[in-house]
Amino acid sequence: MPLLEIDDLNVSFDTGDGEVHAVNGLSLTLDRGETLGIVGESGSGKSQTAFATLGLLAKNGRASGSIRFDGEEILNAPARTLNRIRAERIAIIFQDPMTSLNPYMRISDQMAEVLMLHKGLGKRAALAEAVRMLDAVRIPGAKDRIRLYPHEFSGGMRQRVMIAMSLLCQPDLLIADEPTTALDVTVQAQIMRLLQELQAEFGMATMLITHDLGVVAGFCERVTVMYGGKVMERAPVHPIFAQPTHPYTRGLLQAVPRVDRGQETMQAIPGNPPNMARPPSGCPFRPRCAFADEDCAVMPPLAPAGEARERACHRPVKEVAA
Amino acid sequence: MTTPLISARDVNVRFRITRPGDMPWTAPRHLHAVNGVSFDLMPGQTLGIVGESGCGKSTLARALIQMAPAEGQVIWQGSDDLLALSPSRMKRYRSEIQMIFQDPLASLNPRMTLGQIIAEPLRTHRPDLGRDEVKTRVRDMMDRVGLLPQMINRYPHEFSGGQCQRIGIARALIVEPKLLICDEPVSALDVSIQAQVIELLQELQSDLGLAMIFIAHDLSVVKHISDEVMVLYLGRMMEKAPSELLYADPQHPYTQALMSAVPVPDPVIEREKTIIPLHGDLPSPMAPPSGCVFRTRCPRAEAACAEEVPQPGRGRHQCACLFPGRLTAEEVA
Amino acid sequence: MVYDSERMEAIAERMGEDEVAGRSLWADARRRFLSNKAAMVGLVLLVFVTLFALFGGYLAQWSNEELDYNVMGVVAQEGGPSLENGHYFGVDELGRDLYARTVQGTQVSLMVGLVGALVAVVVGTMYGATAGYVGGRVDAAMMRAVDILMAIPYMFVLILILVMYGRSMTALFVGLGLISWLEMSRIVRGQTLSLKNREFIEAARATGVSGVTIIRRHIVPNLLGVIAVYATLLVPLMILTESFISFLGLGVQEPLTSLGALISQGASTMAYGTIWQLAFPLLFFCLTLFGFFFVGDGLRDALDPKDR
Repeated sequence: MPLLEIDDLNVSFDTGDGEVHAVNGLSLTLDRGETLGIVGESGSGKSQTAFATLGLLAKNGRASGSIRFDGEEILNAPARTLNRIRAERIAIIFQDPMTSLNPYMRISDQMAEVLMLHKGLGKRAALAEAVRMLDAVRIPGAKDRIRLYPHEFSGGMRQRVMIAMSLLCQPDLLIADEPTTALDVTVQAQIMRLLQELQAEFGMATMLITHDLGVVAGFCERVTVMYGGKVMERAPVHPIFAQPTHPYTRGLLQAVPRVDRGQETMQAIPGNPPNMARPPSGCPFRPRCAFADEDCAVMPPLAPAGEARERACHRPVKEVAA
Repeated sequence: MTTPLISARDVNVRFRITRPGDMPWTAPRHLHAVNGVSFDLMPGQTLGIVGESGCGKSTLARALIQMAPAEGQVIWQGSDDLLALSPSRMKRYRSEIQMIFQDPLASLNPRMTLGQIIAEPLRTHRPDLGRDEVKTRVRDMMDRVGLLPQMINRYPHEFSGGQCQRIGIARALIVEPKLLICDEPVSALDVSIQAQVIELLQELQSDLGLAMIFIAHDLSVVKHISDEVMVLYLGRMMEKAPSELLYADPQHPYTQALMSAVPVPDPVIEREKTIIPLHGDLPSPMAPPSGCVFRTRCPRAEAACAEEVPQPGRGRHQCACLFPGRLTAEEVA
Repeated sequence: MVYDSERMEAIAERMGEDEVAGRSLWADARRRFLSNKAAMVGLVLLVFVTLFALFGGYLAQWSNEELDYNVMGVVAQEGGPSLENGHYFGVDELGRDLYARTVQGTQVSLMVGLVGALVAVVVGTMYGATAGYVGGRVDAAMMRAVDILMAIPYMFVLILILVMYGRSMTALFVGLGLISWLEMSRIVRGQTLSLKNREFIEAARATGVSGVTIIRRHIVPNLLGVIAVYATLLVPLMILTESFISFLGLGVQEPLTSLGALISQGASTMAYGTIWQLAFPLLFFCLTLFGFFFVGDGLRDALDPKDR
């Protein structure tokens, strides 16, 4: 049984502009200890997928479909169930660590509180465990710095604290929503390295949500590419980068500026991202796709394409991947 | 040899920092945001300025057009020193040097229509032009940057990030500047849109013979657009070289660290490569380290680095390091 | 370079077709405002009160200065509201038609409120925007001046002005105008400070747009929302202040009157069984205040959707 099983997830929001469909019929599974990358640009629905999983959608949002965590249905589950699962089994780290750190509490108190509440530890044991966790995220002088307040840490260190906090209860699943987007590249490299090491050490399944293909390439075993609220392609990491079979994946890879290659490799995808209040019919990528024709007015199903791969495109693999 | 379009010599920017509760007579503390930076930029060329947050790259760009308190010299086309000009004399140069910004939506006045926004520099610098002439020029410019004529009466919030950046570019280019300062113009955009904007800038540059200063926080974006790249750290220049030289053979340890940190969208390369670790945090810019500012985090730092401020030297490939050269495997480990 | 501009245009063409006219932030705000029920009730009230003040006089059968000798002396018994003798709202204790007096009082009160708010908007906005935009020592000096003015008990000054220069409309306007812009200038300055660091202001400065033009073209239009909200909430405050002054007996001079003065007179004769003399002016007073407060709240919600 997979750890996380999302089936036909739909997320929509009521806004002044009408109903916005953020996620359309998304299905995915994540096994224990696996690392899955969800790649997409703004408006692709990648973050809303995570929020729906954790029951953290904004007030005007609605989700339907099914999300099973360890066999238990958690989509639209009662707040009490979700609270328990969020506290003990699924952890999330955000782009801005300050959203989940209380600026008025010492790190020590915040971390100890979590452990005392959910693990039933005494204050002393909780503090010792918190220090151990800060050591684990390579914060130098953890014993002393645990007494500090969140704003006394630099951006990178704060993200480390955040990661340490999320791992306190040894979750089965870690959702990392753009964990390094706000950080400088050198810090990003350190944090991704750290996440990699921690993942190997603790063995939690990890869902990495990002727009950065480079980060995914270094971290994930499997990759799901989303666009306009739908899955475009999914595959293990090596084949998808070596030979993308979806026009969007291919376009995205060609659009990334690369520090290791010559100038001629960069190529833009024309057009603009879809307005999700009025999405195009059929394949959402159709208006920007170089391969699109009349068939694409109907959304192609996500069909198997080779070993452990799936893609949603009417055009044959040969034509796109060439 | 032609005269440089703009030639900066020993530019320094110091901000006075007043803390709440300071009395008027308290000696102010200074933040030395840019420290002794020099460069030349030839007409039609692009200088990339790269560095992480707090390195002074945006401040340096603003200093060139009197938008930050600067000392030193910035010679425009071998004649006037831009830093010494009075505001009224500076105004003439403000049409020659235009700027585009990081956050495309925030850089557009939400209460003005696209047409009004693009026309603003024209109305400021060419009050002699009639309404129709302005409108024609705005339409031409919109066409140039890929905006449709029927969009002219719409408002910024109705556009996507990429389109907003096109509006910003149109506004900058409508007065036919000679130099365009791009302050992280693609950092806030989606990957697929980043490439569009960079392509557009390159196309416009070759059509109009623009010189550009292109600021970015990582080395990958500037690579595609720059003729020369300068790397800043804590307000000081670390390394400067023609693009192909810098990327092929970075000399400064910081440049190498910066380059190794950029993620590469290729799982084979990304997992094999060695990332040069930087120890600790960025020092406070209020109290930078003595000698070489990078020494506290440098894998190669020695005692001498704390004593002497390394000079970048002269020539095509400048590197402000006492011990330049590629880092060895032992140093990295 | 594979930059397919034709394709791109075709795509953009398709995207551009479904929406042609620009939808300004104002249009968005208007839509939100119109869908706000409380605000619409407030607007209806205001329209009603305004129409009453402007055209109510044509329906009156008595002028506001005329004394009705038929009811004089028997006001409590004969002077109540009645359609027969044409005193819709009854008469005041001197036998003057209260309907005509209420129309006139509403006119004066509205005018005081609007003029007070107008002074606040014009002076306060220019003062605050200048202080905020210029910043530094100029800002410090200008805002300290405001602090000092605010520290003076305004009611005292107002009463002093009215006593020294006589109880005239002009003196009242001058007095209210002097105090009303202080708070406004502070609000505007605060907003200007936060606007000043926005990138579009920087863009304008980099282009060489002059300071005056930046304030006029970029800062003030972006402040209008806040100003509009504050101004609609300021009108009732001005009306209240004027009423208080009138209640003290220092307001506008007879034969002119205001809602405050009418309420004051109505309250003083309450014990003699002429409750209508208090009720009608008070009703219009409350309608006006409710109207402005509802509209003000509605405007705030419509113009600043983020704040909710």
